[in-house]
Amino acid sequence: MGSNSAAALSMKKLMIGNEAVARGLYEAGVRLVSSYPGTPSTEITEFAAKYDEIYAEWAPNEKVALEVALGGSIAGGRTFCGMKHVGLNVAADPLFITSYTGIGGGMLICVADDPGMHSSQNEQDSRHYAIAAKLPMLEPSDSAECCAFAKAAFDLSERFDTPFILRSSTRVAHSQSLVEIGEREERPLREYSKDASKYVMMPANARPRHAVVEERLDKLRAFAEITALNRIELNSGKLGIITAGSSYIYARECFGEEASYFKLGMINPLPLKSLADFASKFERVIVIEELDPVIETQVRSAGIKNALGGDVEGKNLLPLTGEFSSELLKELILGEKADYAELPDMNIPPRPPALCSGCPHRGTLYVFKKLGLTVFGDIGCYTLGAAQPLAAMDTTLCMGASISAAHGFSKIRGAESAGKTVAVIGDSTFMHSGMTGLADITYNMGIMTVVIVDNSITGMTGHQQNPCTGLTLKNQPTYAISLEAVAEALGVEKAHIRVVDPYDITAFENVLKEELEAQVPSVIICRRPCVLLKYVKAAPPLSVDTEKCRSCKACMSIGCPSLSFVNRKAVIDETLCVGCGVCSHLCRFGAIGGKK
Amino acid sequence: MRKSIMIVGVGGQGSLLAAKIIGRAAVSQGYDVKVSEVHGMSQRGGSVVTYVRYGDKIYSPIICRGEADVILSFELLESARWLPYLKKGGVIVTSEQKINPMSVITGKAAYPEAIVEKLEQAGAAVVSADSLDIARKAGNEKASNVALIGLGEKYFGIDSEILRDAVRTSVPEKFVELNLRAFDLGAEAAATYKNQ
Repeated sequence: MGSNSAAALSMKKLMIGNEAVARGLYEAGVRLVSSYPGTPSTEITEFAAKYDEIYAEWAPNEKVALEVALGGSIAGGRTFCGMKHVGLNVAADPLFITSYTGIGGGMLICVADDPGMHSSQNEQDSRHYAIAAKLPMLEPSDSAECCAFAKAAFDLSERFDTPFILRSSTRVAHSQSLVEIGEREERPLREYSKDASKYVMMPANARPRHAVVEERLDKLRAFAEITALNRIELNSGKLGIITAGSSYIYARECFGEEASYFKLGMINPLPLKSLADFASKFERVIVIEELDPVIETQVRSAGIKNALGGDVEGKNLLPLTGEFSSELLKELILGEKADYAELPDMNIPPRPPALCSGCPHRGTLYVFKKLGLTVFGDIGCYTLGAAQPLAAMDTTLCMGASISAAHGFSKIRGAESAGKTVAVIGDSTFMHSGMTGLADITYNMGIMTVVIVDNSITGMTGHQQNPCTGLTLKNQPTYAISLEAVAEALGVEKAHIRVVDPYDITAFENVLKEELEAQVPSVIICRRPCVLLKYVKAAPPLSVDTEKCRSCKACMSIGCPSLSFVNRKAVIDETLCVGCGVCSHLCRFGAIGGKK
Repeated sequence: MRKSIMIVGVGGQGSLLAAKIIGRAAVSQGYDVKVSEVHGMSQRGGSVVTYVRYGDKIYSPIICRGEADVILSFELLESARWLPYLKKGGVIVTSEQKINPMSVITGKAAYPEAIVEKLEQAGAAVVSADSLDIARKAGNEKASNVALIGLGEKYFGIDSEILRDAVRTSVPEKFVELNLRAFDLGAEAAATYKNQ
């Protein structure tokens, strides 16, 4: 071994958990990665794409991504698929079937939960999926474990003939800590031979496979008792803590050497014999886990007791909602309150996220509000239009639900809602799961105006390419799917597929009124690239002619961060303004214009 | 030794770069390091917070109320918002830049007055400066985040040269000189600060 590789072997690098997972994939010899972006999972796939040895792609949605990874695994390669927690709902169908088929080459699925909902619509606990699908699940606590667990999962996947799930969470995925870098081990493809009994899941084949799943689960239970993925840290004291993932680091921070820890790295199946043995050594045993009592319920139903014969504690002390912290554990378990200073007399205005200056969605949302429409929204930056002052959303549900839920709404409300209801969805979300909703409308004689806000990128998750952008994850030029052509193929009449520039709010308003009156399904594509894209050049900033400004505040109704009101006149912050001109459309006195 | 540095500001102000510089410097100094970032929705102009913790062994990347040795604030109002996280005897290093939240823009709320004075009355040590102006003097407003690191330099428990090296390796090559000037001018401003 050369000195260079020896140096590489001992190199420690500061990485976010997601980069460390990607490193683990690389070192394990993974050949294929297919994912759909979703905070906090996105960067795993972006970092994996930087390795030339890995074929990496953005799929249109998580179900497709998981199926691509399964196909690659059946072909004999090591494969990976990553998503956020709600993405696993979309991918649940193939997830459950992978449990029956098992794998060819090693396969890992990463699901990243978001306790505290930093960037999500719910707070579901993905550990339930591992139990329901009878799949093994690992949970790392820091970046070093992200890399090590991701890497280890592939050998285990091949040993037990099952995909493994890696459960991450926001604080693990987006926290940097030190990772020891290793080298890539190239793996020969595993043999592929046609095997209908394993891969053709019709009843006659699936019945014996279910028995295989149960036998495998027994073997995994035995493995859980001996694996070094789980570890015990024995200290002095009468308190024993059972924990995993981010909860472990909060517990370790809170109790230090004053407690002993059963630190689970493998959270499904659980090593119940070892946990019983651990619990029997301590007068008090607490399960510390964010969200649902997944570990606690299993521990209690296994009849595990502490040294005094008492029940193991957990959710009797700790909340089912939100993120934990060492402060929360100190207060709820030790009864110690944090000591800190406050500014009781200061009213600190909140600062929620807002649409950017020059965001192409702003004008579109303003027109919805102006016309008093019922707006079925979707998942993306335009969700920020739900906030004041635009307040232009009636619903935000899940990926693609704008179109289908608007259809259901109009079927119930009929004439009353006709011409007053729209669905609004982004380009990436439309490709993800909006198309099927549109097919439902045209097929079932629905009447609905669908506004696709096409900013030519997947915006909220931090600019990922999608099937409409003409570029792949690895930035190769590719076929760009036309939204107009898709709408037409799905049965929308060509005359009712309209394309407008959302900066021209007058034109958009006229087109929208026309289509709302039409008694057929229509699609309006508001097309303008995200203002944060590097190739988008800002126009010169606008300014306010204070002589002409009549202080009517019409311009303030769009919630632009560049606009404020000083000394009863509108003022534009020139460092923020990108000259989109939406505010000047609103000024009836011609006070907003280009710089003189 | 254990330090907890909280970097607060408004989404898009460059707090991730500041966290990267301090995190890298702490690694070079030989410490165990954890940095917690915020991605996704919160980045769009909202209040953002990044935690940097280093020392002999660090478990949690999160800083809780009453724990931060230093709050490095890119925006004045944010320093007030996050005050409860400051440890007794800790220091707030803040930019004097003001960015109006949406409720202030729409006239529903007012931007508080005399924030630095009120922070001091609440018992916090405060070092404040017009970091945009310092960066402008260094050559470009965009280096204001590095100017602020310079301003807080002596509170980090990391050698100045190691911090400067981390600046060097964390910014694109063509901006290295600009950022080092901003760092030095920030450190100078701290040396001549009123309370020193």
